[in-house]
Amino acid sequence: MQLELRNVCKKVGSEFHISDVSLTFESGTLNILLGPTLSGKTSLMRLMAGLDKPSSGTVHFSGQDVTGVPVQKRNAAMVYQQFINYPNLTVFENIASPLRIARVAAPEIKKRVAKVAELLKLKNMLKRSPQELSGGQQQRTALARALVKEADLVLLDEPLANLDYKLREELREELPRIFSETGSIFVYATTEPSEALLLGGNTASLHQGKVTQFGPTIGVFSRPQNLITAKTLSDPPLNTLPVTKLNNKMMFKSQVEIPILGRLPHLPDDDYTIAFRPHHLYLSPTSDQAIAVKAKVVVTEITGSESYVHIDIAGIRWVLLAPGIHNFDVHETIDIFMDPSKFYVFDSNDSLVVTPETVADV
Amino acid sequence: MANITLKDIAHSYTGASDNPDDYALQKLNLTWRDGGAYALLGPSGCGKTTLLNIISGLLIPTKGQVLFNDDDITRLPTEQRNIAQIFQFPVIYDTMTVFQNLAFPLKNRGRTQAEIEPRVIELAKMLGLEKDLYTKAQHLTADAKQKISLGRGLIRQSVNAILFDEPLTVIDPQLKWELRSQLKYLHKQFGFTMIYVTHDQTEALTFADEVIVMYEGQIVQVGTPEALFQRPEHTFVGYFIGSPGMNIVPCVLQGNKVLIEGHEITLDCHYPEQAASAKIEVGVRPEYLSLAQPDKKGLPVKIIKVDDVGRHKIVRVALNDHLFHVVISEISAMTGDEASLVFDTAHTNIYVNDHLIAGEKP
Repeated sequence: MQLELRNVCKKVGSEFHISDVSLTFESGTLNILLGPTLSGKTSLMRLMAGLDKPSSGTVHFSGQDVTGVPVQKRNAAMVYQQFINYPNLTVFENIASPLRIARVAAPEIKKRVAKVAELLKLKNMLKRSPQELSGGQQQRTALARALVKEADLVLLDEPLANLDYKLREELREELPRIFSETGSIFVYATTEPSEALLLGGNTASLHQGKVTQFGPTIGVFSRPQNLITAKTLSDPPLNTLPVTKLNNKMMFKSQVEIPILGRLPHLPDDDYTIAFRPHHLYLSPTSDQAIAVKAKVVVTEITGSESYVHIDIAGIRWVLLAPGIHNFDVHETIDIFMDPSKFYVFDSNDSLVVTPETVADV
Repeated sequence: MANITLKDIAHSYTGASDNPDDYALQKLNLTWRDGGAYALLGPSGCGKTTLLNIISGLLIPTKGQVLFNDDDITRLPTEQRNIAQIFQFPVIYDTMTVFQNLAFPLKNRGRTQAEIEPRVIELAKMLGLEKDLYTKAQHLTADAKQKISLGRGLIRQSVNAILFDEPLTVIDPQLKWELRSQLKYLHKQFGFTMIYVTHDQTEALTFADEVIVMYEGQIVQVGTPEALFQRPEHTFVGYFIGSPGMNIVPCVLQGNKVLIEGHEITLDCHYPEQAASAKIEVGVRPEYLSLAQPDKKGLPVKIIKVDDVGRHKIVRVALNDHLFHVVISEISAMTGDEASLVFDTAHTNIYVNDHLIAGEKP
């Protein structure tokens, strides 16, 4: 089983909500659509489900063109951000409802509901009404209803967004196991890079209706092919620095000189963007290659064991993540250190030209 | 500007009662000093919104008093309390410009244009809205709209406190970083008392100087982010703060030793003997656990799952039926699924009936 989008576009008025997307998802895999609000996640899911028809391009299921086939005639299930359950039905009947509509025989319904209830830890809740459940259990019920259909395609549109932080954490940990125990194609939309990384699977990074990269999630995170993908996958945000390379010198606003080390000498003279992660900025030098920079503290955020120092370097904002508790005053000038071995470099077309030296540096 | 004191406050939505179970908010006492940054943190239904509504005047508590400095304002309506409130969804006038929106609270109170203009421009600069001052709010993005909401809360210099009710819920992750740091910066600049309600520990810890953790209508700990992380006073705080939360497992306590499933660990402190009926648990954060080669000094565990989340790896290990989360940067030294689990005893806590107990250093 396989879902394939070929050069799919969705135009609403004069605006392209989806532009030229080609993707292939295999059965038994989890595929994450990651991007900010309005990047096209929901539009893409609606096209996959058959709720909308593409303006151009085709949708194929197991090689068969299903482009014009409406949602009722496809074997798809969808879970939304708002957990939707029937308030006057028990949890059992809520989960069973799609099977009742499909006129599945009663003993088979009982068997299949019991199976998903076991998987989603709802076994002891089946006789209750949805209002008697916690938010997490209500969303699990909605998930169970999607899974019980044993649909070929299960679409989850930010399913954890309305849950408490801790409940989200728990469900995130369980979901990969649930996904792996069924043979469906799972598509999961989220705005949160950390959620994508926790869930694993494959990720399609979305920006303004286009897929900027698709591949195994950790690979897209560690080897983003372009700057926008790197930014989409980063939380805390990636630090970036626009530089110009000229005559064996790499300069930022003729103020900071970046020594031409590692793989940088091979780059032709041009404009580049250097990017690196907040935990790869340091308060003390980590190697003899470290580059010292003066920075002005904007504000410091302290979590229980780490500090996020927001800094300003000649009008550019960066975040430095340091272990331990550091209290700097607002506007204090501090020395910070960059490590060139941790640099990603993107060329003037925002394409990746240099990656960090080792995987551990990612 | 005022200190806010909650004196013997309790609230029951069904009216005065002698049954403690009727109270959504159990009796509590708290003082918030003028100019502090506070967070009320807890899961849905813990009573944090009830408490916020008591401060804002939307609710009159069943018992107790609310004092601004020495004035009892328990029964004073919201509009006379001189507080500003910022909600989950931006509250702004879509057809007004950014300038008009920001000026509105001042205009309402009869300030002259000469007073209003410099203040609006100053604040717009701080919020990064100066380019959009004469743009109608309806043309702006969700995060810009929430910035206007923040600005409307901050515009009056005389407010007693600014209350935030989950203000970043609808904001995309990358923009959250910007808004969060801006809010903290504005707090440092203006010195208003700020009270921030959230279920998101990252927001609470990074924003507040002092976090009030609530659980089932009670305050379980008041402390700095560091204290909540290092020395949770209640197992709930250990679980709720940190991602993943603290590992809490049953143990047998013998002076300066604990036995977990029969395996002995020597602690840094000596603990008094506990009642035979007491529930005794050891608590250690995933960050303070490490994995060594099997048969080394440590608990013999089985590696169940490794999640690579980018900056570090979250490893789930099992000791018989007990699961532990371990956060480590590299797992390359491991072969097979057997490992030794090593505790950092300087960061290992003991809980008796869910409460932290102190030990004595030898």
